[in-house]
Amino acid sequence: MSFDSFSEFLSMGGHGLYVWLSYALGLMLILINLVGPLRAGKRLQAQLTRRLLREKNR
Amino acid sequence: MPRWFYQLASPRWCYQITGRLLPGFSIVALLLLLGGTVWALAFAPADYQQGNSFRIIYLHVPSAILAQSCYMLMAVAGAIGLIWKMKVADMVAKSCAPIGATMAVLALLTGAIWGKPTWGSWWVWDARLTSMLILFFLYLGVMALNSAIESESTAAQASAVLALVGLVNIPIIKYSVEWWNTLHQPATFKLTEKPAMPAEMWLPLLVMVIGFYCFFAVSLMMRLRNEILRRERRSGWVRDLLLSK
Repeated sequence: MSFDSFSEFLSMGGHGLYVWLSYALGLMLILINLVGPLRAGKRLQAQLTRRLLREKNR
Repeated sequence: MPRWFYQLASPRWCYQITGRLLPGFSIVALLLLLGGTVWALAFAPADYQQGNSFRIIYLHVPSAILAQSCYMLMAVAGAIGLIWKMKVADMVAKSCAPIGATMAVLALLTGAIWGKPTWGSWWVWDARLTSMLILFFLYLGVMALNSAIESESTAAQASAVLALVGLVNIPIIKYSVEWWNTLHQPATFKLTEKPAMPAEMWLPLLVMVIGFYCFFAVSLMMRLRNEILRRERRSGWVRDLLLSK
């Protein structure tokens, strides 16, 4: 461990804002790239399946 | 042409193989990124000059490396699509663009946040920063072309040409820190030399870089599978797959 206490860890030697802001952005942009395609895929599959069923029942 | 080349060209085969690869890559990406982040934030030593703001490197460098690798993959896939009219290659190129764009944004933003305490400024019009910004705009251009052109094959051709022309920017980014006077520090990892930082610092960085590549593989495969389903929606195997669920 390079920190003695949790509050020291949070303050990052006075650079806490910069460090935590960076990591928050990193987490956000990574999640966008996973949740986005996941939801798009679910939506697409539901849409295509609906269309196929409609054609089948006609 | 070898057999795997034809297999890669088959959307159905690509859909199946990516479906089998995704779980493994997801687990490895999660473990590496979680482990790497904890290592980077809590265990890596602080820099003797920059203090703890140095920990931003563990996001900045992987995202910058990935933004450039992703661009090269996009250009190569685009070229393969242009030359051999391979649909899957077009889909790979199209799927790369949004991931690369967000990674370029992450590299630029973490760079700006790191620049403030280190250089005293969020932004300087320096060669490295400017060429990275151009990389971001190239990604936006490819995405815009893909969404603006109605015909899938014309969109793929146009964006492949743009991606190939923009490829000239990649060596400019790489050598910008050597060709021009710059505030930006030189590359952390070089193929020919040992890193200038101690192992306790670069090992977690290596973990993060590999983790970012695995995350990239996961996101790319997810986007590619959506793209395959969408474009092959009229083919028999997609019909069977969807109706069997």
